[in-house]
Amino acid sequence: MWLRNNRGVALASTAALLLLGGISLAFFWVPDDVDQGFSQRIFYIHVPVALTAYACFGWGAWKALRLLWTREVRYDLESYTAVHMGVIFGILTLVTGSIWARISWGVWWSWGERQLVLFLVLFLFYSAYFMLRYSTEPGPRRERMSAVYALFGVVLIPVSFLAIRLAEGFIHPTVFTRDGPQMAGSMFFVFCVCLAGTLTLAGALYANELLGKRVDASLRELEEALA
Amino acid sequence: MTYFGDVAALARKDILLELRSRDTLPAMLLFVVSTLVVFHFALPSDSSDLAAGGLLWVAIVFTALLGLTRAFAAEREQRLLDGLVLAPCDRSAIWLAKGASVMAFLLLAEAVALPAFALFFAPVDATLVAAVLLADIGIAAVGTLLAAMAAASRARELLLPLLFLPLAIPVIVGGVGATVAEEPARYLGFLALYDLLFAILSWASFEYVVTE
Repeated sequence: MWLRNNRGVALASTAALLLLGGISLAFFWVPDDVDQGFSQRIFYIHVPVALTAYACFGWGAWKALRLLWTREVRYDLESYTAVHMGVIFGILTLVTGSIWARISWGVWWSWGERQLVLFLVLFLFYSAYFMLRYSTEPGPRRERMSAVYALFGVVLIPVSFLAIRLAEGFIHPTVFTRDGPQMAGSMFFVFCVCLAGTLTLAGALYANELLGKRVDASLRELEEALA
Repeated sequence: MTYFGDVAALARKDILLELRSRDTLPAMLLFVVSTLVVFHFALPSDSSDLAAGGLLWVAIVFTALLGLTRAFAAEREQRLLDGLVLAPCDRSAIWLAKGASVMAFLLLAEAVALPAFALFFAPVDATLVAAVLLADIGIAAVGTLLAAMAAASRARELLLPLLFLPLAIPVIVGGVGATVAEEPARYLGFLALYDLLFAILSWASFEYVVTE
């Protein structure tokens, strides 16, 4: 019962525990990477954050599909909130990726880093999602347009990834890979802890944001009823 | 009427309207040639033909954008879309017809742009023509759906480029790849894949975008 009423609190504390644990393990327990040394540890934040962003976009598209399928209004808010979280984690990915590029290669931006370029494209795409929402009157049509656009997003992710890989053929003739030796067991464990942490954090933020938006909507309805 | 009968009737309406009003097509033709002239001055004199090939694709995408912003202008100004949605035809027929007319205008603009490009910059080969044709399908398919979305918003002309350009990046990659790469086949294949995926998606989702 307590768990059901305080899901947000439970999620948030789990996320805090997992992230604190994961980051401490990443800093103090995992051995240094052979090639990159200490700085490779940003991997334990950067990659989970990126995967979480994908998960959020996927979740948003799933809710969008449900909206088009069932025409239930609540999916609109859920899809929007998921995309919102996805954009926040996407920006974090860009920032952490940029820091990593600076440490590894001495530049803040590298067009050779596929994931980073993909996140830039996705950032532009989903920023337009917000523009679309804010410049359309609320109503069933806006809900469905946003849903269709969110669905385009999940198709765009693999297509853009393929495009960026193909583009390296003529923009960057020399493809450099960062995949060094196989990940050691301890590294993989810490990575999983961090991934669980960021996913739970996204879940907590999603639940919280959704709750706030629902309260807002109910308040507005109440005000309109009283006026 | 059959599905394709509806599509043909709707597309004929768009082309007839354009023939009478001459709103969009002359603007697109003039725009694409002006862009190519601007590119001549934007490129340093010793830059290669490859750079010009890349800029041709920028010109094509922006010309398409110009046509797409006008695609639903008549429908919006005359409140025609409500009537079309009420008509007893499949809504996706509206998308297909509009996409076909957008594509027709784009093809005419390119019929001017490609010879102009060959004259100003570099020769045009069959691969480039094939890439342009494939890219047109994708641009018209996605662009028509997004233009219908933008027409329903307050920002309208402002919104369409923002919605369209991130989705056009793969088209640019495929097109430029087919223009400059040694082996263009896989870039053409990629363009065809893009067309297929997004045409199906747009065809299936158009109904949700136009109905209230």
